[in-house]
Amino acid sequence: MTYLHNIGKYFLMIAEMFRKPTKWSVMKQLILKDIDDLVIGSLGIVAFIAFFVGGVVAIQTSLNINNPLIPKYLVGFATRQSIVLEFAPTFISIIMAGKVGSFITSSIGTMRVTEQIDALEVMGINSLNYLVFPKFISLMLYPFVISIAMFLGVLGGMAACVYGGYGTLEDYVIGIQTDFIPFHITYAFIKTIVFAFILATIPSFYGYYMKGGALEVGKASTTSFVWTSVVIILLNFLLTSLLLG
Amino acid sequence: MIEVKNLHKSFGEAHILKGITTSFEKGKTNLIIGQSGSGKTVFLKCLLGLFDYEEGSIAYEGKIFSKLSPDEKRNLRAEIGMVFQGSALFDSMTIAENVMFPLRMFTKQSKSEMQDRVDFVLKRVNLDDAHNKMPSEASGGMQKRVAIARAIVNNPKYLFCDEPNSGLDPKTAIVIDNLIQEITDEYNITTVINSHDMNSVMEIGEKIVFLKNGLKEWEGSKDTIFKTDNEAVTNFVYSSELFKKVRKMYLEENS
Ligand SMILES: Nc1ncnc2c1ncn2[C@@H]1O[C@H](COP(=O)(O)OP(=O)(O)OP(=O)(O)O)[C@@H](O)[C@H]1O
Ligand SMILES: [Mg+2]
Repeated sequence: MTYLHNIGKYFLMIAEMFRKPTKWSVMKQLILKDIDDLVIGSLGIVAFIAFFVGGVVAIQTSLNINNPLIPKYLVGFATRQSIVLEFAPTFISIIMAGKVGSFITSSIGTMRVTEQIDALEVMGINSLNYLVFPKFISLMLYPFVISIAMFLGVLGGMAACVYGGYGTLEDYVIGIQTDFIPFHITYAFIKTIVFAFILATIPSFYGYYMKGGALEVGKASTTSFVWTSVVIILLNFLLTSLLLG
Repeated sequence: MIEVKNLHKSFGEAHILKGITTSFEKGKTNLIIGQSGSGKTVFLKCLLGLFDYEEGSIAYEGKIFSKLSPDEKRNLRAEIGMVFQGSALFDSMTIAENVMFPLRMFTKQSKSEMQDRVDFVLKRVNLDDAHNKMPSEASGGMQKRVAIARAIVNNPKYLFCDEPNSGLDPKTAIVIDNLIQEITDEYNITTVINSHDMNSVMEIGEKIVFLKNGLKEWEGSKDTIFKTDNEAVTNFVYSSELFKKVRKMYLEENS
C-alpha cells in the first residue's frame, strides 16, 4: 500500500514541479548553480571510472578470446558495444545515483529538517518548482556527461589494448568501426535522458518528503540511492526490451 | 484580521490543539503565550497552512484559508513575513542574500534599490556589519535577527514570529520587541508572536492569548494580565520571584 501511495505522491510531485514557475531571473541562477554542482562536479569521477573500466573491458575481452578463428578486431568491437550500450548509460547512472542522488537527497532533506522549505512555502513560493525544477533542467545536460564517458571508455580500451600489448591500434580502430548501427546511439541516449529524469526526481522526492532530523537525512539518502538504482535497472530492462528486443 | 474557529490538530494519537477559537486584530501585536510544549508553534503553523488540521477554520480578512486555490494561497502568503523558531535561513546564501531574497522574488526593484532596503532593515535589527557572513558563521542571536530582517524586508501585511527574541540578550530583545511594535503600528499590519518571555508580554502584549494543554485558557492584554485571578495564568506569569514582587507592588498601588 505504501508503495502505491508513494508512487502516486511521486507523480503528483512531478506535476506540481511544473506549476507556478519561479521568476526567471532567480531560476537562471539556480540552474547555473545546479549545472555546476551536478554536472560539472561529476565530470572528474565519471571520466576516471569510464577510462579505466573501458581499459578493463578491453583486457578482459582479449584475454577471453584464445580461439585463432576469432578476428583480432573483436576486442575493439566488443569494448565499443559494451561501453556504448550499457556501461556508459546504465552503470555510470548507478554511480551518479550514489554521487548526485545522495547529494540531492541530503541537501533538500536538510532544507526540510531546518524548515527552509517551510520558509519558502510561507513566502508563497512553489518550493518544488524552486528546488527540483533546476535540477531537472541541469540534468538535461547529462547526455553530454555520458558522451564523454563513452568516448573515454573507448579510449581507455584502446590505451589498455595497445600499451598492454593485447592487440594493435589498427585492429582496435577497425573493431570500433565494425557493424556500427546508428540506432544504438539513439537507444543509448534515450536511456540517458530517462535516467537523467530519474536521477533528478527520485532523490528529490526522498529529500522533499522526509520527516525527522539529521539522522533521518542520512537514512533518506540511503533509501533514495536504493530506489533510484532499482528504478534505473528496471527501466533499463524495459527500454532495452522495447527498443532493441 | 485573522479569525480562528474551533481549531483541532492531532499528530496520530496525540491531540495537540483541542478547539481553539480566537482572533488577531489588524494593527495590533497579538501574543500567544504558554509553556513549552503547549502547542504554540503547532498553532502558528496551522495559521500559515503548513500543517493540516482535522477541524475548525482559519479566515484571513473573512476569507477561509483552506478554501483558497493554491494560487490564491500563494498570493496571500507573499504578503506574510514569518520568523521561524529555528530561524530557517537559507544556508546556501549569505546574510544579505537571505534578506534580499523576498525582494528578488516579489519585486521589480533594481539591484541598488534592493541593496539599500537590505542595508536599512539590517540596520534596524542592529546588524550592519554582517552582510557577507554565511548563516552558519553567525551566532544564534544574529541568525534570529537576520530572520526578522528577512520577514519584514518586503513590508508584509501579516507578520508571524515564533519566539523572535529567544536566544537574545535582554537589551537586543527589547530592541527587537520595539521594532516589531513600530512596524506593526507604522504599516498597520497584523502581527502574531509566540513567546514565553515576560518582558515581551509587558512591552508589546496588546492582545494576549494564553494556551494551556491545547486549549485557550485565557485571553486579554498586558493591562489585564496583571489583574487576572486565573490561576494558570498567574502561575505562568509570576513564576519568577521578580514578577511576584512586581505584581504585589502593582496591586497595592492600584487598590
Ligand atoms: N511534527 C510533529 N509531529 C508530532 N508531534 C509534534 C510535531 N510538532 C509538534 N509536536 C508535538 O506538539 C506539542 C506542541 O509542540 P509545539 O512545538 O507547538 O510547542 P511550543 O508551545 O511551541 O513549545 P516551545 O515553547 O518549546 O517552542 C508537543 O508535545 C510536540 O511534541
Ligand atoms: Mg515553539
